Amino acid sequence: MQALYAQLLVGLINGSFYALLSLGLAVIFGMLNIINFAHGALYMMGAFVAYFLLNLGGINYWWALLIAPVIVGIFGMILERTMLQWLAGLDHLYGLLLTFGIALIVQGVFQNYFGSSGLPYSIPDQLKGGVNLGFMFLPIYRGWVVIFSLVVCLATWFLIEKTQLGAYLRAATENPTLVRAFGINVPRMITLTYGLGVGLAALAGVLSAPINQVRPLMGADLIIVVFAVVVIGGMGSIMGSIITGFALGVIEGLTKYFYPEASNTVVFVLMVVVLLVKPTGLTGRAA
Amino acid sequence: MAEAKLAERPVAAAGAEVLTVNDLQAWYGESHILHGINFNVRAGEVVTLLGRNGAGKTTTLKSIMGVIGKRSGSIRFDNKEIIRATSDRIARLGIAFCPEERGIFSSLDVRENLLLPPVVRPGGLPLDQIFTLFPNLKERLTSQGTKLSGGEQQMLAIARILRTGARFLMLDEPTEGLAPVIIQQIGHTIARLKSQGFTILLVEQNFRFASTVADRYYIVEHGKVIDGFANSELSANMDKLHTYLGV
Repeated sequence: MQALYAQLLVGLINGSFYALLSLGLAVIFGMLNIINFAHGALYMMGAFVAYFLLNLGGINYWWALLIAPVIVGIFGMILERTMLQWLAGLDHLYGLLLTFGIALIVQGVFQNYFGSSGLPYSIPDQLKGGVNLGFMFLPIYRGWVVIFSLVVCLATWFLIEKTQLGAYLRAATENPTLVRAFGINVPRMITLTYGLGVGLAALAGVLSAPINQVRPLMGADLIIVVFAVVVIGGMGSIMGSIITGFALGVIEGLTKYFYPEASNTVVFVLMVVVLLVKPTGLTGRAA
Repeated sequence: MAEAKLAERPVAAAGAEVLTVNDLQAWYGESHILHGINFNVRAGEVVTLLGRNGAGKTTTLKSIMGVIGKRSGSIRFDNKEIIRATSDRIARLGIAFCPEERGIFSSLDVRENLLLPPVVRPGGLPLDQIFTLFPNLKERLTSQGTKLSGGEQQMLAIARILRTGARFLMLDEPTEGLAPVIIQQIGHTIARLKSQGFTILLVEQNFRFASTVADRYYIVEHGKVIDGFANSELSANMDKLHTYLGV
């Protein structure tokens, strides 16, 4: 049983990253109509910014949680202003190819300077150690990642579904021309939305740094699974991507316990099934 | 009582031109739709653009709103040239647009739809007055926007631009596809808005409806304004009108 709980916890941790990343992808897709293949590279940048802040500036983990998403978010907004905005109205394929190219360049640059091995990032003192829950031993940092991710996901959901700003965003997703004709600066909102989605990816990167180390290809490995998650959940649904993210992490964890051989493929098998049965995804709307 | 409050609000001197359109040309991609539109609207008027399908009436409204990519000529609103302005800036000058397809957002509930357009200047109708005009909306605030009936959606589309403080309203075929009793209600609403000092530019296919609310008419054909007359000259122009509209 211990092993089962341990795998469930690993599943929840992975699910946290899936949820944060697919949430950002969903927000970006809804507003920009771009399938952001650079998402994994931006997640990696989040972890690297945290690493630089600590080792070059002596700025700790807690500040990195705030600063790294902002820095990477600004980088994202520059990408949007200088490149992505010109793709508005074109086929999805253009955005996908451009962001894929950006991902390769960013990852290549980091690989050139830091190789492929991981750089260590230690768990902050306040989150070291663990607690014995009776049925299992819970490392505090891992519990923190799950809870903090959940809070950030729900806060993002609240922002988009329940606030006036979110109403602008949802309306502009449906009909940007009309929203602009009401007096809202939609291009600026699009830039900020990309920054928000990218910031979520960077935040996930910071959270993962103490668990998975800081590696140039950490995002490339993860993003393939995240895209499968997004396909299963359905592009463009906020709550759908959060729930699917966590659920698929758990399913992966359970598979690792009951049938480890399939643990790396189970998500893709589910993706194929969903694509065959409901091509728009479990919670998705038709594109 | 509500109207008394509104009457104190400053409106542009009656008769002053608020909108002057000169040699307006517009393109959808490669197709040249407007070939030199000329007309004007004075403060407090209801002006109606009449014409057959595809004549360029909707494109004229969209060009004024700034949502047609390629346009030339001159559009002056409140003495400001807006031919090159972006649509968000035009909205903030006080022009509000109610599109033909109504543009109710399905991912927003009725309240969110109603509160979506930001207030661009003081002087918009307060919510209680809007609910007096459109009592149905008050009961459906938590419904999904597109779950409303066609008539209710049209009312919502008009209601939401009354809050913003814009005093110049452009309504694109507000009666299209609606039942006579709803059309009547929309007619009353337009008359009431006019009495409260709103200036309204209307596009209509329903000539009979237009004649109940309009002060003046312009006839649009093949992307040009080919004629115009006041409501008082209507009976004298009936024959011409039948020819223009082919009814």
